[in-house]
Amino acid sequence: MIELISADRCTGCNICVRVCPVNVFDLVAGAAPVIARQDACQTCFMCEAWCPEDAMYVSPNADAPEAVDEAALVASGVLGSYRRGIGWSRDTRALRGGDQSFRLLGGGPAK
Amino acid sequence: MAVTRRRIEGSTESGYDADVLVIGGGPAGTWAAISAAQAGASVVLADKGHCGASGATAAAGTAVWYVEPDPARRAAAMASRYEMGGRLASAAWMRRVLDRTWDGINTLAEWGYPFPDDEGGVSRRNSLQGPEYMRLMRKQVKQAGARILDHSPALELLRDAAGAVAGAAGIDRQRGGRWEVRARAVVIATGGCAFLSRALGCNVLTGDGLLMAAELGAELSGMEFSNAYAIAPEFGSVTKTLFYNWATFTDADGVPIPGAASKGGRSVIARELLRQKVYARLDRADAATAAAMRAAQPNFFLPFDRSGIDPFADRFAVTLRLEGTVRGTGGLRLTGPDCSTSVAGLYAAGDAATREPICGGFTGGGSHNAAWAISSGSFAGTGAADYALQQSGERGATQGAGVAALRGRGAHPVDATALVRAVQAEVMPFEHNYFRTGEVLEASAARLDAQWHALRASGPADAGSVLAAREGAAMLATARWMYRSALARRESRGMHKRYDFLEQDAAQYHHLSSGGLDEVWVRPQACAPDAALAPQDRRLAA
Repeated sequence: MIELISADRCTGCNICVRVCPVNVFDLVAGAAPVIARQDACQTCFMCEAWCPEDAMYVSPNADAPEAVDEAALVASGVLGSYRRGIGWSRDTRALRGGDQSFRLLGGGPAK
Repeated sequence: MAVTRRRIEGSTESGYDADVLVIGGGPAGTWAAISAAQAGASVVLADKGHCGASGATAAAGTAVWYVEPDPARRAAAMASRYEMGGRLASAAWMRRVLDRTWDGINTLAEWGYPFPDDEGGVSRRNSLQGPEYMRLMRKQVKQAGARILDHSPALELLRDAAGAVAGAAGIDRQRGGRWEVRARAVVIATGGCAFLSRALGCNVLTGDGLLMAAELGAELSGMEFSNAYAIAPEFGSVTKTLFYNWATFTDADGVPIPGAASKGGRSVIARELLRQKVYARLDRADAATAAAMRAAQPNFFLPFDRSGIDPFADRFAVTLRLEGTVRGTGGLRLTGPDCSTSVAGLYAAGDAATREPICGGFTGGGSHNAAWAISSGSFAGTGAADYALQQSGERGATQGAGVAALRGRGAHPVDATALVRAVQAEVMPFEHNYFRTGEVLEASAARLDAQWHALRASGPADAGSVLAAREGAAMLATARWMYRSALARRESRGMHKRYDFLEQDAAQYHHLSSGGLDEVWVRPQACAPDAALAPQDRRLAA
């Protein structure tokens, strides 16, 4: 579930408010959005993918909230890792065309 | 043609007049909107969430049934799942879906979708990355001239005096207020129903379009094919059953569970989960396969990386999340190649439409579903536009067709949270929906009927809870068509397995239509073996 919008990183662009499929966030004038309906979060990671500032963190736990430490998350480099992984960061654009599924769709390992 | 903005007197509603309204902004809805606009219609697309990020595809990656137009390859592709689907598919539909998907995917490449090249420099186009794909589709919908309404769930369809569909009404859940779109044709592209199971991207898929269409009298088909469960880490949302082909499934001590597998052994996992925890480890993947997986779907690894688990080396507990009809094949019954339904002006596409025409009673994964979204979306969009542009004259009076949780006579609104839990308690347990028997299904269906009648006796939901109440009502209606259809099919066919009728029964070789709200009905629809797909049957008949 969504656990963090970093106030340090957020520029208030509100893209996350717009893209969240289940309307978890509320817009706040002149400030970072708030996580208003965390229990509605479906752990789809779309807000992270779309956040241009790498300000969001979605915990992998889909069924229950989890306390997170922003400083530790920043230090670990995890913020923005999904966006980088799909090639949506400036420095990882080459990954956009890097889908290797065609190597896997044969079905499975040799018996 | 442009959409007309219309002032609704004495109200704060947003009003629009359009030729075609598409409800749902996933792959099927976006292909429908683009196709309708290209056919000359003015188009509004209303999405419950955000078109481009909502739905099962945007958050995932999907294989695509993309087969080059070589006769031998096409024939093999068409035959591959015919038996698994219980021979309920049609060669004619498969041909046109393969044709349309081939064209659609190649159009995506022209639009700039970054398909990868292999070592030989060949562009490989049988897979789509959800975020990239749906971001591009949103852009194309806008370029086609369609107007997108985000965060605008439809609550009900509108009908005209003759009973034809005449648009829809809903709410703007971010800015408040209501909207109404008068349209001469409507495409239902709201996806399947996964019952709020938190399977990846699926919580917007609550069967809304099925309920709205049924309130206008539309029929469903194949609703017994609705028992899809996907493997996910116990704590997580990411379902990607393909990768579990490389897994070994064990108990807590690391002892392999005989027969447990992602493909062909998932019921063994379900059976075991009723007794104890089941663990997986992707230890059958070599280094090259592991690297390809990381590049194929980065978000598969997010839950593991963030939990300190190496899924190739560490054992992790798994669960099965219900995907219901999203990876089942039941949905609105189609009455023509243009994806029309039994209601005039109403079309269905994607997972909201039955996928029996190409899959019969079984769909293994994304491949056929992704092809179906592209194809049925295109067919429905074109069909809806053609229909709309033939209508002329003044738009007559319309009225809302919604019933459940909207127009009840009771004094108190339904408790939406309790309703959702009650439906989940009937459809999620493996003992009910996976290991189906007549006795358990009958008891479950009776409780669901009682829930429906209680819902009908309640009063209208208030503005704050109306969306949740309608979602609960749609899940409830979907569950009732599912279980009444599953009860009517007293055999095993496709993904529908009756543990009290384990064999396929030639006397039940038919589709099952269903429908109805206060009284749910189920009836057989004739079906014949397709000579192009089962030539041995033709020999037998001759």
